[in-house]
Amino acid sequence: MTIRFSFGGDEHIFGEVSESMSLEAFFTSLSMTNAVRAAGIKGVTEICPANASFQVKFDPDAIKPDDLLKELQGMEAAASQSDASLQTRIIEIPVFYQDPWTHETLMRFRERHQDPSKTDLEYAAEINGLGTVENFIKAHSSQPWFVSMVGFVAGLPFLYQMVERERQLQVPKYLRPRTDTPKLTVGHGGCFSCIYSVRGAGGYQMFGVTPMPIYDPTQKVSYLQDEMCLFRPGDIVKWKPISRDDYDAALEAVEENRFEPVIRPATFSLSEFNKDMAGTNAKLMEALNGR
Amino acid sequence: MAVKVINPGLSTTVQDLGRPGYYHLGIPLSGGMDRFALRVANMLVGNDEGAAVLEAVFMGPELEFTAAATVAVTGGDLPPKVNGEERAGWEAFPVKAGDRLSFGFLKSGARAYIAVSGGIDVPVKLGSRATYTLGALGGHEGRALKAGDELPVGEGVQGKGSVPEALRRMPGSPAELRMLPGLYWHRITAEAGQRFFADTWKVAPEADRIGYRFKGGTALDFVPREQPFGAGSNPSNIVDACYPYGSIQVPGGTEPIVLHRDAVSGGGYMMVGCVISADMDLIGQLQPHSPARFVEVTMDQALAARADRQAALARVRAHLGL
Repeated sequence: MTIRFSFGGDEHIFGEVSESMSLEAFFTSLSMTNAVRAAGIKGVTEICPANASFQVKFDPDAIKPDDLLKELQGMEAAASQSDASLQTRIIEIPVFYQDPWTHETLMRFRERHQDPSKTDLEYAAEINGLGTVENFIKAHSSQPWFVSMVGFVAGLPFLYQMVERERQLQVPKYLRPRTDTPKLTVGHGGCFSCIYSVRGAGGYQMFGVTPMPIYDPTQKVSYLQDEMCLFRPGDIVKWKPISRDDYDAALEAVEENRFEPVIRPATFSLSEFNKDMAGTNAKLMEALNGR
Repeated sequence: MAVKVINPGLSTTVQDLGRPGYYHLGIPLSGGMDRFALRVANMLVGNDEGAAVLEAVFMGPELEFTAAATVAVTGGDLPPKVNGEERAGWEAFPVKAGDRLSFGFLKSGARAYIAVSGGIDVPVKLGSRATYTLGALGGHEGRALKAGDELPVGEGVQGKGSVPEALRRMPGSPAELRMLPGLYWHRITAEAGQRFFADTWKVAPEADRIGYRFKGGTALDFVPREQPFGAGSNPSNIVDACYPYGSIQVPGGTEPIVLHRDAVSGGGYMMVGCVISADMDLIGQLQPHSPARFVEVTMDQALAARADRQAALARVRAHLGL
């Protein structure tokens, strides 16, 4: 893969590893941003990996744009050959699918949807050929997902499915974005799922909500006291479907600040994953469930 | 010393020069939209140029001071009044304990910067006092001010002086926003690119600290392609990527949106380039319905414009004897 570089005004360099999404493109992007961070280049102020691209913000008074571009181009060969493996974490996210709050919201914005006669989940199940909402939820929650980008708003993870491309769930975004999305909505657009960290505008289809905070600017939530944002690129997520009762109990635990997320260390190797996806995912589940 | 909020205005927030270093987590810079005006307001009251001030948009707040201080209001022409008596903008003036600062109607521009000697002393969050309202972070309780809020003010040296119009920096009409084409510029046809620069656009009502939407120009034609995997079906869709500050995205090819200080850090819409750093301040002074044009520049011209802006700030410092 040859990275396409472009200046974003006089303060950014944008690097597109690939036009299409793949874990290979993500790992090259992550390697590039890790290399830029390790190089400690004077004048670099922000280093942002994304799904299949990345961005470096710089102060052109400290480094000439062309000089920084040359430095980045010099890192490209090493980054694309680097061993795509990670010491990372697997995080279980409880999801109350078909909850009343996203349902109320999606009904308010039906006229912006491709199929106003169906809910977002009914539509997603149909266009993915899965027949029923239950089958869709099973497909959505049975395999792990890979955090390939953090952003849009504070701490929002973009999640990529760890299955063969043919099996990936794809759903278009709303025709026109909504002006409202409940906080902690689990959404999906294109091939990505996400968790909306704050209430606000959004264009992804809405499938459910999690009771588990993922961003806390007040840093009071027990597991968000050191870092306001839970997710980092490279984290692995497993959705756990829960009932209304489970949701209410989890929410009570969150409110009393005794909610403990299930987070376990895990290793991930892209080459092993490509050789044996089912086997890799099974090992990740063992890491999560301690079996 | 404190400032009491009697009436918050339309949307008044605490801002400084922002919060770099967290964009990879989706936490934007924030800070004053018109940083030239913010810096000058601080210079006038003897603060560090990056001290926290109040940014008011379209309508000013009403404030009461609990102790004597020096105040300056810069940016858009939002006439300050002390106990109902008008004061000049871009000029330091004293206030006493119990004095009330209010504002007349906005005459030009969009945002005013209210600096108080000592600086607004809200807690520093991730290295900055700037308010990021979408993330409920920084500023006063992570939000725009409300009546009844009380903002602490630091100890300050008292400044003096005024800045004549010739040394200020405000957009013309139509505003000329210089931009460097790039990013996904290759996705639009050559004719669409020419029309993008030829058209006069208008600021849409959806214009805030996250971004400014423009309308009234010609919809962009895209170079045909099969959409890449994961990008989405609209020709303006890309695999979700980082959004630079000042980047110009064009969802559906219709209405360009220029991302500003509270930018969303990424998303799935193609961008045709970026407004250059020197002209970001000017966007913060545009009202809805005001006309604007995008002017193509090269990187060398962008860097020269950046140097010109810095020279303009240096002239203000020299004028004030700083």
